[in-house]
Amino acid sequence: MHRRRPHRSLVEHRADQVHPPSEAPPPASPDERRLVEALRAGDERAFAELIDRHGASMTRLAMSFVPSRAVAEEVVQETWLAVLQGIDRFEARSSLKTWVFRILVNRAKTRGVRERRSVPFASLGPELDHDEPSVDPSRFLPADHQFPHHWNVFDGLGPRRFEHDPEHRLLDGEAMERLRDAIETLPARQREVIRLRDVEGWDSAEVRNALAISETNQRVLLHRARSKVRAALEEYFDETRAA
Amino acid sequence: MTTEPDTNVAYEELSCQELVELVTEYFEGALSARDAARFEQHVAACEPCVIYVEQLRDTITALGELPAESIDPAARDELLNAFRDWKSSR
Repeated sequence: MHRRRPHRSLVEHRADQVHPPSEAPPPASPDERRLVEALRAGDERAFAELIDRHGASMTRLAMSFVPSRAVAEEVVQETWLAVLQGIDRFEARSSLKTWVFRILVNRAKTRGVRERRSVPFASLGPELDHDEPSVDPSRFLPADHQFPHHWNVFDGLGPRRFEHDPEHRLLDGEAMERLRDAIETLPARQREVIRLRDVEGWDSAEVRNALAISETNQRVLLHRARSKVRAALEEYFDETRAA
Repeated sequence: MTTEPDTNVAYEELSCQELVELVTEYFEGALSARDAARFEQHVAACEPCVIYVEQLRDTITALGELPAESIDPAARDELLNAFRDWKSSR
């Protein structure tokens, strides 16, 4: 059961997952510089491109700080006005996306505190206070076992592969629904970090800068979120296997 | 002096229950060279943990396949109007 098997892909994959430990915000990309220039020139298409790219994500993020979608949309609108009013002073040393989202988060926090419904990202409260095991502890062997704290494969409690046709996407429509539900039920901070990192594909530095959280907090939130979403998918695959 | 871990050295073994708490740090390259080596040593000898790590990779892949949401059309129109106001006031 604890078969020895060299697992090359695990090691190889690691290199692309490593992010440089940079504290400075990433600079604006050439594409962003183009958009900044176009905005300064009053080009509406450039503005439309930006709001199509980031608008839905901004509303989502704002909603995690304020009590309603309507208020979140107000915050998004205020943010874009602030961006336009500041665009002449914007320096491309930082990423446009990060700058826009920082303005958004600041405004959403202020608004959320005023509406007394939200806890700023900086005080993470119960989402980081207590330990949450990534996997149900009862799936591991007890401390006095011959293999302490290893998967209890003797009772069939070890993980099983998410079997899927390699020609197709991992998840079909129903599974995608479950995945979305799993994200929605996460605590707000975990939800926003996993959404930005794994759904939208931001890197760690971008998320840290936009949300003004430390590398460690970002990683703990991401870890907890991924662990819970994994558990939800496992439940789904176990059900389909049993059916 | 070198920071490269000596993979022939047997480090104190990680348990599976410890490993599942380190996967994100491992993926992010945030583990020390020593802990990364312990992680890899454990996975090389533990099929259930190979599967667990694969499940997490599959989870991340699936999250990346979720379709992007688009902005609400009414909110988009309002923003474009705000842009025009800003432009005419410049």
